[in-house]
Amino acid sequence: MKDSYTLKSLAALLENNKISSKELTSEYLKNIENGKELNCYNTISQEKALVDAEKSDERRKSQNLRSKYDGIPIGIKDLFCTKGVTTTASSKILSNFVPNYESTVTQNCDNAGLISLGKLNCDEFAMGSTNKTSFFGSVKNPWKSVNSDNDLVPGGSSGGSAAAVSGDLCVASLGTDTGGSIRQPASFTGTVGLKPSYGRVSRWGIVAFASSLDQAGPITKTVEDAAILLDIISGHDEKDSTSSVNPKENYYENLNSDIKGMKIGIPKEFRSDKLPASTQKSWDECANLLKTNGAEIVDISLPHTMNALPAYYIIAPAEASSNLARYDGVRYGLRVKGNDLIDMYEKTRSEGFGDEVKRRILIGTYVLSSGYYDAYYIKAQKIRSLIKSDYVEAFKKVDAILTPSTPSTAFEIANEPSDPVQNYLNDIFTVPVNLAGLPGISIPYANDENNLPIGLQLITNSFEEQKLLNVAKNIEETINYSETPEKWWLK
Amino acid sequence: MVAQMIEGWNLVIGIEIHAQVNSKSKLFSSSPTDFGSKPNSQVSLIDAAMPGMLPVINKFCIEQAVKSGIGLNAKINKKSIFDRKNYFYQDLPQGYQISQYKDPIVGEGFVEIETENGQKKIGVERLHLEQDAGKSLHDQDPNFTFVDLNRSGIALMEIVSKPDMSSPEEAIEYVRKVRSILRYLGTCDGNMEQGSLRADVNVSVNKPGNELGTRCEIKNLNSFKFIHAAIVYEAKRQIKLIEQGESVNQETRLFNTQSGETRSMRSKEDAHDYRYFPDPDLLPLTLDDDWIKGLQESIPELPDQIKERLIKEYSLSSYDANIIVSDKATSEYFEDVVKNRNPKLVTTWVTGELFSILNKKNLIIEDSPITSKQLGELVDNIENGKISNRQAKEVLEEMCESGKGALEIIDEKGVSQISDENEIESLVDNVLNSNPENVKKYKNGKDKLFGFFVGEAMKLSKGKANPKIVNDLIKKKLSQ
Repeated sequence: MKDSYTLKSLAALLENNKISSKELTSEYLKNIENGKELNCYNTISQEKALVDAEKSDERRKSQNLRSKYDGIPIGIKDLFCTKGVTTTASSKILSNFVPNYESTVTQNCDNAGLISLGKLNCDEFAMGSTNKTSFFGSVKNPWKSVNSDNDLVPGGSSGGSAAAVSGDLCVASLGTDTGGSIRQPASFTGTVGLKPSYGRVSRWGIVAFASSLDQAGPITKTVEDAAILLDIISGHDEKDSTSSVNPKENYYENLNSDIKGMKIGIPKEFRSDKLPASTQKSWDECANLLKTNGAEIVDISLPHTMNALPAYYIIAPAEASSNLARYDGVRYGLRVKGNDLIDMYEKTRSEGFGDEVKRRILIGTYVLSSGYYDAYYIKAQKIRSLIKSDYVEAFKKVDAILTPSTPSTAFEIANEPSDPVQNYLNDIFTVPVNLAGLPGISIPYANDENNLPIGLQLITNSFEEQKLLNVAKNIEETINYSETPEKWWLK
Repeated sequence: MVAQMIEGWNLVIGIEIHAQVNSKSKLFSSSPTDFGSKPNSQVSLIDAAMPGMLPVINKFCIEQAVKSGIGLNAKINKKSIFDRKNYFYQDLPQGYQISQYKDPIVGEGFVEIETENGQKKIGVERLHLEQDAGKSLHDQDPNFTFVDLNRSGIALMEIVSKPDMSSPEEAIEYVRKVRSILRYLGTCDGNMEQGSLRADVNVSVNKPGNELGTRCEIKNLNSFKFIHAAIVYEAKRQIKLIEQGESVNQETRLFNTQSGETRSMRSKEDAHDYRYFPDPDLLPLTLDDDWIKGLQESIPELPDQIKERLIKEYSLSSYDANIIVSDKATSEYFEDVVKNRNPKLVTTWVTGELFSILNKKNLIIEDSPITSKQLGELVDNIENGKISNRQAKEVLEEMCESGKGALEIIDEKGVSQISDENEIESLVDNVLNSNPENVKKYKNGKDKLFGFFVGEAMKLSKGKANPKIVNDLIKKKLSQ
């Protein structure tokens, strides 16, 4: 298996008949089999993937390709509903659920000829930042610290999606990001993770966590691949009322790493004494690099940044408490028998949901309750508006904003803080972007003293994904990050 | 009767009407809404709240709601918001109902009703759109409840009145009026039996001069009879409680259609905390000025306007006009018949004879066996003196049975009227000559015998003589 595989390089290999889709798919299925210890996949679509690959090879023979990328296998977060393939949201309550419909995003992938290898592990209902809340157990980060053999978290909630790309269990994957669930695991695994603007990608058919924040996006090895996958999955969908009619661009074709004359903002509120020195160093270096490449570095202020996390942990659970009400044992999913309706509800939901999900349902129910609604939910919405206007002001001055993706690099699974609030801090740099509905990308910049990847985050104004990808491409080209994890699981 | 019962008490009544929007598809999905279909045959992924499904507003339902708002003389809100009303129930698949809470699509308005004391304005607080829930079937299995989701997601308009009604009669008039307006607009079929229109009634009582009493809400009344009975029962119950020195608890009550009683369903303390919040799956609904204007222009003539016109054009009494406009089909039927005919005669024949036939046959006017054209022909023959009123009744009945036209029956049966004065004079002479005793008695002051002579003359003519001419001639001869 060559580490240099990307969507772009595989498209070329397929085009030149250097490899068939079936061979490629088999190779990845073998990697998945050998990488079982990483626990990336909840469901492996062995047979279906091979059948689909054969069909793709036939299309190639008959010159009837769906796209340049026809026949490339990818991995899909187990939050996207996939027709005939178990879709669990990594929850016990949906552990037996097989949709008879296909999400818009995965349908778009199918329309481009991409092949699904299976469904990737994640935090239960995408609630978590370490992948530990999955009913199917933690995903292991392919990376290990030079100082220890202990397993590290891959980040979350799209932990399986990030780890699978990082460990070559797929070349690219789909994730979802509600408060950092694409960017944070991308940062922890040395991959590229893109969260598009709210409304850029359809939410139809994706198990909902927090509807006003959820957005699907790609996790890839390169910025180019992120652009390719975004081209495939994005666009208006009339089945999603919040989907934007804003025309999408041809992100890959228009990718242009020239950043001369651009202004890049460094928000002072993201600075912290607690930030690891290596992360601070990467952030500073990257700013200098952009300056060298022709951009102007501007100090900016996003004054309400520190209020983002508390606001997020009111809004997201509030929406989740309502979104998860449908898992009641009546129509699909787990049902635990009870003496009457209420008893059935209680038993089903007690058994079906894990602790973190229950915690958030309780928080969400509380903040929406009469008497508390104004003090919590309305106040949080006001903060959300203030955060949005922070960014509106900032983008009057700059083209893009550069920050670290996460306050730390990957940590040991065993060392995950038991205090949930401590855990919520993992998302401190990513959450404001969701609240403001903006596009953000995490790209690997360097490895720290423990040889663990450090991710940096770029943010642009709404629907300026092209600019976002262009700046990311500029950094990627300049630093040429090529670290890969040692494949300890093969030994 | 009711007035006696509540003597010395004020009744305060407010009503929430749940009207099913007349629409081929549901509020947020494209599933059909046909009544009486096989259980769970009209259910989309959205209606069943499958994971990842999202609602998309049905524009036609919005149009219907705005039209209804215009018909209720109400303010149309250019921005409204759909909220989630959260509660668990087996027939509520999402675990929440999408409704409108703080920002409804239609604001304040009013309707006018006829009361014993003349016209009365009843305030409308708001109209909002919401989804219906499914239906729970408790009688299909001893151990399980079955759920039919055909209704799940159907668009309802909830029309909330102000507490402006003070008798069960006013309450019924109000519901009738709203129903009639919606039917004229075509925004709700108003079919109460099928549940297309239901009412929740809020009732409280108080002594004049005292502050308002505690109200109870009686849920889900689906006929005028039940609305009336529920209000009467509830008012009596509350008055009795107060007179016994007890207090009325604020609660939701159910009406038992068998016993005619209401019973407690849940108290205020047990009320759900619905945790309303704006549905993040739907953007705020904004309406364009021009679009609203376009709808305003498309609104047909409504009952109040038609009534005014009928009174003006045809000199109808307010009472008759009211009966005619209470229903769109009736007013259309009436206007068809009355064109170029005597309005008084037409009114009598529509609201009197035709209605009594329809009542007897338990038919609505849309299914009338006599078309407006046929009734017009009958009226023409009365007007030109060809047949008498009495004969016309017979002809109408015959028309009903045979489906034949009036003229055809008149010709066939020879029921045409004798209007020839000479012919009638010989009949009258015949009667008077054969009854000299009675003529004598009449002339001595026994006025009542006049009817006897008329009757005899009519009998002699086999009912065909024009009664007016018979009357005139007998009067003339006897006074000689």
